[in-house]
Amino acid sequence: MKILAIDSSGQVASVALAEDDTLIAEYTVDYKKTHSQTLLPMLDEIKKMTELDLSSVDVIAISNGPGSFTGLRIGSASAKGLGLALNKPLIEVSTIEALAYNLYGMNEAICPIMDARRDQVYTGVFTFNKTGQSPYSYEFITLVEPVPLDISELISKLNDMGRDVIFTGDGIDVYKEVIAKELKVPYSYAAFTGNRQKAGSVALLAMAKASKGEFVSADDSAPVYLRLSQAERERLEKDK
Amino acid sequence: MEDVLILSIESSCDETAAAVIKNGREVLANVIHSQIDLHTLYGGVVPEIASRQHIEKVNQVINKALDEAGVTLDDITAIAVTYGPGLVGALLVGVSAAKAIAFATGKPLIGVHHIEGHICANFIENKELEPPFHCLVVSGGHTHLVHVKDYGVYEILGRTRDDAAGEAFDKVARAIGLGYPGGPKVDKLSNEGNPDAIVFPRAKMADNVYDFSFSGLKSAVLNYINSMEMKGEEINRADVAASFQKAVTDVLVEHSIDAMREVGSKRLAIAGGVASNQHLRAAMIEACGKEGIEFFYPSPIYCTDNAAMIGVAGYYEYIRGTRHGYDLNAMPNLKLGERI
Repeated sequence: MKILAIDSSGQVASVALAEDDTLIAEYTVDYKKTHSQTLLPMLDEIKKMTELDLSSVDVIAISNGPGSFTGLRIGSASAKGLGLALNKPLIEVSTIEALAYNLYGMNEAICPIMDARRDQVYTGVFTFNKTGQSPYSYEFITLVEPVPLDISELISKLNDMGRDVIFTGDGIDVYKEVIAKELKVPYSYAAFTGNRQKAGSVALLAMAKASKGEFVSADDSAPVYLRLSQAERERLEKDK
Repeated sequence: MEDVLILSIESSCDETAAAVIKNGREVLANVIHSQIDLHTLYGGVVPEIASRQHIEKVNQVINKALDEAGVTLDDITAIAVTYGPGLVGALLVGVSAAKAIAFATGKPLIGVHHIEGHICANFIENKELEPPFHCLVVSGGHTHLVHVKDYGVYEILGRTRDDAAGEAFDKVARAIGLGYPGGPKVDKLSNEGNPDAIVFPRAKMADNVYDFSFSGLKSAVLNYINSMEMKGEEINRADVAASFQKAVTDVLVEHSIDAMREVGSKRLAIAGGVASNQHLRAAMIEACGKEGIEFFYPSPIYCTDNAAMIGVAGYYEYIRGTRHGYDLNAMPNLKLGERI
């Protein structure tokens, strides 16, 4: 199974090519250029560097939210365009779950936090359980589904859970002080090898989904924002 | 010579559109998914909602265009896409999809200016029309008087200093309770009104006689409505619509004809959403008739935002050798004639 994976949900742009147990290429950029300027050129670079015949790709994996609305759409439109032109299916992966996959195999409570502004984070809580004899046999456990939460609400959930926590994601920089003040359980922060979106993790999670047959057509795929647009929110408020 | 087939994509505002154009002038497919009903709830286009709709529909419109044209991506020569001006989030959907398709197929990628597309819409039904000619572009976002010197070579003679003509229509329509979108509704109601009932101002710019300004006119209409309300007098909405529309039309016609006279040009085209306005068309036909000017205008389906016009403009850019890289970005403020 050859997977082309894309994540442009946050400030980082990341693309990867993986086949079975091998990450053939991964290209991640955290720089001021827009995803529109970086994503396709990065993919092109991977194609050239690895002499990739695009028709050999089996599936396009897309990190489809939550995240920056515009960033999600650049990734989604790119994945949909690739799927359309190559006639290949897509696998949609939660941005939050993919971030948790950066810490594959850890048995602490893994807590991705993406800054969602207005004192909120896009977050979730996960862990890995060792099962069976194979060195790869981990079960991915969801403790809290991906959701936008007030940072203080998240912290109180983690306090209640009582497990050691590892945070990952760009929310760390924003909410460091609140966490230091309010979180009562032992915690740590992922280092830069795993604290931002990585398309390799998107590909790894997509492999698991592929084995369960969780494909979607390129035509139907769309981001999951977990939030209405501001205009819709204001209209609903007014109608209340 | 081998046929050149352009697959074109347009998503600059609230229509998701794709088309297939053969040899620059023949429309094999022109698919438009309009979001207008969604935005009507908000009294105007909401950029985030527009962008969300584009991503839902972009593949469907592309597939439908290819199907209707009876071709596959293999038959396509190049991919053209609107990259500006427009709503940045909306543009990015079309641009990203177009780039991915160009990358996956290895076909050339051509970024197209939205307004240049509107101008080129005139080439679809007027096979004999070729540059040089003059073109008045009037839409909800743009008001430009342009000298089309050659394919892909544009000189802007005048532009709006404030509101676009279509924007003024929307605002006046809202003020007299017609709702969104205002253009067609004002046009229709004007049939029942007296265009000379109220005299609204026609703005003239001292430093460039071909520039436009519609915000003063819009304010004059709003002031008129307010003052009538203060006096407790009922307004005649049809008279307001007709008189406002006449003021807009007079300025658009006068500037166009003056610019044509200055260089002795004998061909005038009109483009953009407001180009569908019946009264404007009639006034242009009359004025051009008097001056011995040949007047061109597209069918309403090619006046509204569509991808066919982008495919036509894309074809002439293709012939001129324009090629964009995979770093092509959406340019919300792209200038007419600018090449990035």
